[in-house]
Amino acid sequence: MSSRLINWFRYSSPATFYPLAGKLIPWFAALAVLFGVAGLWVGFFVAPTDAQQGEGYRIIFLHVPASWMSMFIYMVMAFWSAVGLSLNTRLSGIMATALAPTGAIFTALSLITGSLWGKPMWGTWWIWDARLTSELLLFFLYLGYIALRAAIDDPRRADRACAVLALVGVVNIPVIYFSVQWWNTLHQGSSISLTRSPSMAHTMLLGMLLVALAAWMYSIAVALTRARAIILERERHTDWVVRLPELNA
Amino acid sequence: MKARYKRLAIILGALASLGVATGLILNALNSNIALFVTPSEVAEGKAPQGATFRVGGLVKPGSLKRDGLTARFVVTDTSKEIPVAYTGILPDLFREGKGVVAQGKLTPSGEFTATEVLAKHDENYMPPEAKHAVEQAHKAGVTLKQ
Repeated sequence: MSSRLINWFRYSSPATFYPLAGKLIPWFAALAVLFGVAGLWVGFFVAPTDAQQGEGYRIIFLHVPASWMSMFIYMVMAFWSAVGLSLNTRLSGIMATALAPTGAIFTALSLITGSLWGKPMWGTWWIWDARLTSELLLFFLYLGYIALRAAIDDPRRADRACAVLALVGVVNIPVIYFSVQWWNTLHQGSSISLTRSPSMAHTMLLGMLLVALAAWMYSIAVALTRARAIILERERHTDWVVRLPELNA
Repeated sequence: MKARYKRLAIILGALASLGVATGLILNALNSNIALFVTPSEVAEGKAPQGATFRVGGLVKPGSLKRDGLTARFVVTDTSKEIPVAYTGILPDLFREGKGVVAQGKLTPSGEFTATEVLAKHDENYMPPEAKHAVEQAHKAGVTLKQ
């Protein structure tokens, strides 16, 4: 095995990861606040009124970052699940478990803000179009993941079962993302895409990207915090946890 | 082959086949997943006869007529048109030339009686001044480069 791989595996050991995560969390938390305040300030005070929707469009600064995060976190969970199943690393299951509640919260936020936006603009709180339905399915996938985890007592068995669920559910992510292109929906198409320039004013885009960055930082901070708690719980009988200075103070 | 690569290969293989299966299912359900039919599809007879369905397109500019609470307008997809009658409050974003999705039934006279009208807005966000500039440019016959 090459030395590069050994270094990687060093950080996949909970004993090494635990103190590292502890050092990183305050930085990510601070960046989350910084980007969040900047993004909301740009979104609510700098970005211009929209020509069609007036001030009501400003919910986009919460709705789009929340929706992006809901999909991205699921993909990260699926990634850790694949890593955990193939490499049998202990940390993978812990990371996936730590991300699930945050992903569920962002999905709920996306659905709620979308509903609040839909009523004044479209004229309805909810419609069963492909975009909304697949996003709701994502919410149930997160809840199913959390429930399955809670239903199995042995954490290693729970890791494997949940990994399979997370991987099966990942086919829903491209369906959500491309739903507005594949089918006709009430939900409008993407304003931001990799293949063409964004169809929105620059300051609007800036505000949205800043809030999205804040959501990333927040997600990393809370997922690491949760991962640390799970590590302590799972490894409570090991020497290194027993000897932790913060537990012996 | 090491065991972990074998497991990874199995996972990727399973995911790929699951993806293909999902793709085929969604493709088979295509017409059920679509939220609305277009006026062209109605003209081709693809809309259910005597049953409730949704029709979607653009509100034809100049076609909106109000009679008390009843609004009459024409939905177009630029090739075919369908007249719609709706009694009730139209959404704020309902505009001539903009997207609309109406749910209701086709009457024998060929008019669509809607029970619900929703506005479908586009993905463009811009300040009013920019919109004004775009409209002026269109009027002047300038083609905008995206």
